[in-house]
Amino acid sequence: MAVAEVRVTLKKGVADPEGRNTLKALELLGFEGIREVRSVKVFEVEMGGRKTEVMKRVEEMCTKLLANPVIHNYSIAIK
Amino acid sequence: MKVSDTRVCVLVIEGTNCEEESYLCFKRLGARPEKVHLKQLTGTDVTSDERRSLSDYQLLVLPGGFSAGDYVRAGAIFAARLRSRLSKDLTEFVREGKPILGICNGFQILVETGLLPAMSGTMSDVPEAVLGTNDSARFECRPTLLKNVNNGNCVFTSRIPIGKISHIPSAHAEGKLMFPVDRAKGIVKELEENDQIVFKYVDSDGRLAGYPWCPNGSTDNIAGVCNRDGNVFGMMPHPERVFFRFTHPDWTRSPDGAGDGRAVFESVLAYISKKM
Repeated sequence: MAVAEVRVTLKKGVADPEGRNTLKALELLGFEGIREVRSVKVFEVEMGGRKTEVMKRVEEMCTKLLANPVIHNYSIAIK
Repeated sequence: MKVSDTRVCVLVIEGTNCEEESYLCFKRLGARPEKVHLKQLTGTDVTSDERRSLSDYQLLVLPGGFSAGDYVRAGAIFAARLRSRLSKDLTEFVREGKPILGICNGFQILVETGLLPAMSGTMSDVPEAVLGTNDSARFECRPTLLKNVNNGNCVFTSRIPIGKISHIPSAHAEGKLMFPVDRAKGIVKELEENDQIVFKYVDSDGRLAGYPWCPNGSTDNIAGVCNRDGNVFGMMPHPERVFFRFTHPDWTRSPDGAGDGRAVFESVLAYISKKM
């Protein structure tokens, strides 16, 4: 059994209102020196099969559902 | 085809919540709308009485709401289900010139499905655009002013004069239409050339303006787009909520009569009467 961790991040240049608002709130709470806060979405996909096969399948999942190529980059780590 | 024979499929799954208003708009105009669950079209867990085929309808409506809880991305799950089971039916439907309307979450679904903007072909393999989180990072529920900028391609706005400003409310958290950053300008230009841009958010003088006139920070203030043939149309604001004048925010200061959203439904029914 393999667990694939999919990290979906926003591409460079795409606005991240959630990250920006979180930063503002953290500053209001008194945290200083924050340069940037980025929002990231993580999925864990648990499935059977060889690592290379799982990688291939999860890659397909990313293009078909988990990420929108217009604004997202994704990375997959098999654990 | 007579309006009274026009069958409208208002497609629902768990989490859609504007189907009643959308259904009523077509009912009130004399058409034959029906609220259909996606399972009825795919034939999953339904009796033979409940089974429906997309080809029996002349118009498909994807109503607003929060389909499948907006999980993954707004509209992504509904889109995945449509693509997996109804890709062929949908493509045929569009190629026959039958209209599809997506309102709010419905627009998000059309974009995620690849039916909009569909710059080349009927349905793109991967999304060509996205409706991302509003610049304010909040759910924006407010009256918005929409200018009709379409020159006649879109079959949902033929009854709205070019340049007319309509008062149609918005209610969404993910309505910022975006294209790939490096190609956005070129894509917008191509959309303009194809006459695919339909509505833009404007201020009371009809000028493109920032927040709160544009509630989400959308590229070029775009509120609604159609495909190249003009028969697939998606918009973020809710025309079904202003079918009557008395649901407008300024209703006490307006005469009774039709609301600004009504023309969208009248336009498409007129198109079907003429073409089918």
